[in-house]
Amino acid sequence: MSRRYVLGNEAIAHACLEAGVDFVSGYPGTPSSEIIETLLRFKPSFHVEWSVNEKVALENALGASWTGVRTLVTMKHVGLNVAADPLMTSAYTGVKGGCVIVSADDPFAHSSQNEQDSRCYAKFAKLPCLDPCSVQDAHDMLRDAFSLSEELGLPVLFRPTTRICHQKSDVELGEVATEHRKGSFQKNPQQFVVIPAHTRVLHRRLNEKQPLVKETLARRGYFNTDLKGKDAVIASGIAAAYAREILPPGTSFIRIGAYPIDERWLRDVITAHERVLVMEELDPMVEEAVRQVAGSTIVHGKLDGMVPSEGELSLPLTYRALTAAGFINATDVPLAPVPAQGVPVRPPIMCAGCMHRATFFAMKKVFKDGIYPSDIGCYTLGLQLGAVDTCICMGASITIGSGIYHAGETHPIVCTIGDSTFLHTGIPGLMNAVYNGASIVVVILDNRTTAMTGHQPHPATGSTALGGETPPVSLEAICRACGVQYVETVDPYDLPTLTAAFQRAAEYAGVRVIIARQPCVIIARRAGIQRQRYMVDPERCTACGLCVRFGCPAIETTDEITTITDLCSGCGVCAQICPQGAIMREART
Amino acid sequence: MSDVYNALIVGIGGQGVVLASNVLGEACLAEGRTVRCSETHGMAQRGGSVESHVRINGRYSPLIPPGQADLLISFELLEALRYRHYLKPEGTFVVNEYLVVPTSVYVQRLPVPQKDELLEQLRGDRFYLIDAQALAKEAGSPLTQNIVMVGAASTHLPLAITSLHEGIKRWVPAKTLEMNLKAFDLGRAATTR
Repeated sequence: MSRRYVLGNEAIAHACLEAGVDFVSGYPGTPSSEIIETLLRFKPSFHVEWSVNEKVALENALGASWTGVRTLVTMKHVGLNVAADPLMTSAYTGVKGGCVIVSADDPFAHSSQNEQDSRCYAKFAKLPCLDPCSVQDAHDMLRDAFSLSEELGLPVLFRPTTRICHQKSDVELGEVATEHRKGSFQKNPQQFVVIPAHTRVLHRRLNEKQPLVKETLARRGYFNTDLKGKDAVIASGIAAAYAREILPPGTSFIRIGAYPIDERWLRDVITAHERVLVMEELDPMVEEAVRQVAGSTIVHGKLDGMVPSEGELSLPLTYRALTAAGFINATDVPLAPVPAQGVPVRPPIMCAGCMHRATFFAMKKVFKDGIYPSDIGCYTLGLQLGAVDTCICMGASITIGSGIYHAGETHPIVCTIGDSTFLHTGIPGLMNAVYNGASIVVVILDNRTTAMTGHQPHPATGSTALGGETPPVSLEAICRACGVQYVETVDPYDLPTLTAAFQRAAEYAGVRVIIARQPCVIIARRAGIQRQRYMVDPERCTACGLCVRFGCPAIETTDEITTITDLCSGCGVCAQICPQGAIMREART
Repeated sequence: MSDVYNALIVGIGGQGVVLASNVLGEACLAEGRTVRCSETHGMAQRGGSVESHVRINGRYSPLIPPGQADLLISFELLEALRYRHYLKPEGTFVVNEYLVVPTSVYVQRLPVPQKDELLEQLRGDRFYLIDAQALAKEAGSPLTQNIVMVGAASTHLPLAITSLHEGIKRWVPAKTLEMNLKAFDLGRAATTR
């Protein structure tokens, strides 16, 4: 045992090591990515992979689990949509070795396209779900989740949120297990082949198991009560931490740490109170269960508007709910000062020297009246440059673009998608576009990594999670195999060539693929690639503002004087944009 | 929770805000204190506004509510203004005399914020302005600015210098330790003068 100051995701990873996990798969996604990153730092002797997507990751883990080894799968909440197909039926087949699926939710959508609640998937699939309220809780729950999974013979869904994953705290960690299991597959078609005759039986067994699931979760101590008076706060996840901090004296506290909740236990604790306030993030899962058993007890929460139904909770919002429910007086709430007005926003932007900026610049120049469906990655930040017209989910740029085309839209349609996203779920859309006769340009923004989530490798990079070499997948060959006749690869730092490629593509119909390839500047810098910086010659500069509108964070302008700061990575694209030839390489010193 | 000391560290992605908060967190561990910290990852790192909440002796919430920070350390002037409302009326404000104008200001041709005007808005009681860039250079590398700021704030933190040194040792690359310890001392001297 040792006490350490660690990130939630690091504590989760360490708990897996303590439990002797034997197989790990996942697809990166904020706020889940650091779990596998941490495992890799321990130089594991067992299999760890970044999978192509979440469905692939979960299916790999299921196969491994069926051989008796302990498996972990990690993803963000929206990744669970991709993995939903195997998830639903995995509850029927069950598992042998403990299988824990981490699906990290993101209330307030800090880095996500929606605020969906993974707990709903657990209910939908009839699987047990664990919901930690602190980093220590996440560690302890996950360490025990493998044996829970084995005891029930079911995958366990583990649902942390951003404020657990990206919280650091003092945590008690245990010893890393050194022994690992070796898998062996025993044929059992009644369990592993879900033809109708088998699956009907499996479904009945899953339903019959539900009371056992509830009892087991209760026995393992995932429902805690501190009973005091006639009012109670019932809370889950990080909301339980906020509630505990400012709980009024004399108020009972009930913590829900897992689902499904045993209704008989819940009825007893709820009806022992006159009023209860339910505090939870995202959907009213606990609240709906409470309302079903409440009888004459008054229930407050999201469904009567006392707790917000969107965004994340906080201490101020918890104070507000306690006041609205009448548990405290408005005078008990600390005053909150107002923020300063008029401070210019500082959103995340593409780095100086980012290849996406150059590609978007040429794309917009050639396809001035184009429609720009885009995808999920750093390049979604191209919204600020007017280069992103749609973004809904991984892999949806090509498909949305195809749909817009077939609906009769006559403007040129230029889809942008990153390399990792293309491999994740972009390929079927490309194949479909060719097969069904769409006329679109597809730009694969190939920066040779999964950049946004922290530079994880993928099948086209030639290396694996564990650092092994692997034959790199050719994006060009994939596109051609999908039936694309027009495939051209260009260096986005070479602006004239890039522009000419777009112009050529504009002359043709059908699906045209342009692969813009240049390593992510962060990766290039780490690899030691150094390019001479650029500077502005004040004699030649006419302050036309063209380079400033390019939007590179290394270019500043004050009182019509433009300068290039030391953020410059030397990509040289601004020099190619400047009509006066006023931007040039710094002389070597 | 009256014994909780709230320190909020803010800046821009890439300035080392998270590492600075790690030093504080590790120092808490060295003193056997509990600590809760919440930091910005992912999207916000791409040159965006970054905040790290450190709640020394914290047990529950990892976030500091507005108006409850005992200490606000800002690595940049605009971020100082953006987060000032987190500070308690009697709180301590340690600010780096460094301005980074967001690119959007130039692109959208908004009025460019000026240092003097910002300082006028920020100044008040218990306000400490630090030239972290100059002190970091003096320590040996501009990359030590974040540790200069920790040093400057250290006179107000309820943590022992030895514990903070322990935190620095744990979180900076070994070959830069000496430089960072010097940066810490220079920062500390700047608020004790």
